[in-house]
Amino acid sequence: MEVPILKQGAVLIATFQAALSDADLNHLRMGLVQQVVKFRSRAVIVDVTAMDVMDSFASRTLREIAHMIRLRGAETVIVGIQPEVAFAMVQLGLTLEGVATALDLEEGLAYLNEKFKTTN
Amino acid sequence: MSAGEIRVAINSDQDIVSARQKGRAMATELGFSSGDATLIATAISELARNIVSYAGKGQITLKMVNGLNRRGIAVIADDDGPGIPDIRQALRDGYSTSGSLGLGLPGVRRLMDEFEITSEPGRGTIVAVKKWRQ
Repeated sequence: MEVPILKQGAVLIATFQAALSDADLNHLRMGLVQQVVKFRSRAVIVDVTAMDVMDSFASRTLREIAHMIRLRGAETVIVGIQPEVAFAMVQLGLTLEGVATALDLEEGLAYLNEKFKTTN
Repeated sequence: MSAGEIRVAINSDQDIVSARQKGRAMATELGFSSGDATLIATAISELARNIVSYAGKGQITLKMVNGLNRRGIAVIADDDGPGIPDIRQALRDGYSTSGSLGLGLPGVRRLMDEFEITSEPGRGTIVAVKKWRQ
């Protein structure tokens, strides 16, 4: 299953679907970083609203995506973690330490706008 | 196979997704809240992942269980893989031999109400977990 990546100015928006396999996640990881390079993006928003389960592999992949993108000098914001998914992640002992999160896409964009303003 | 029992063969990462989707559907059908169904689906995802990472293949069995005045779901993950030499160590947070996961079993234990593991080096591993409806 392909993850759609939308370009909105200097920001790339990747929207996760419910049923992502490990292979899909790995594919996305490479694809996103390549697109950040190609478009000279300053930030990536990963929208996980539709994700039904965030297990150890998915959260590790998200952390890796965020770290790789940071090495490119861009920002990553994870948006839309559902309350039930967040609860399961905490029970499982998973963290997204060092990765910015926001309530939804709108809040994610607002966070980035604020950030770009202060760094300019 | 009796009614109320589903078996999912786990051979690849794609099967992890289908096992957890079937588990969520069954949990919902059994009247679990959507929050509990998410916990169950997450546990199934981790158990199926252990099968793929450590044994290569195995199966997940989902079934309805009846307790005293309560109903629940049982998830049994079994494989014929290398087994776990030190179960106590495997149940400690942070333990991993594949270098990537490490939180699997203790995490699954926290997600569910009951947790049982049997493993024999060279013969395989069976992890059986249950969650009761609140």
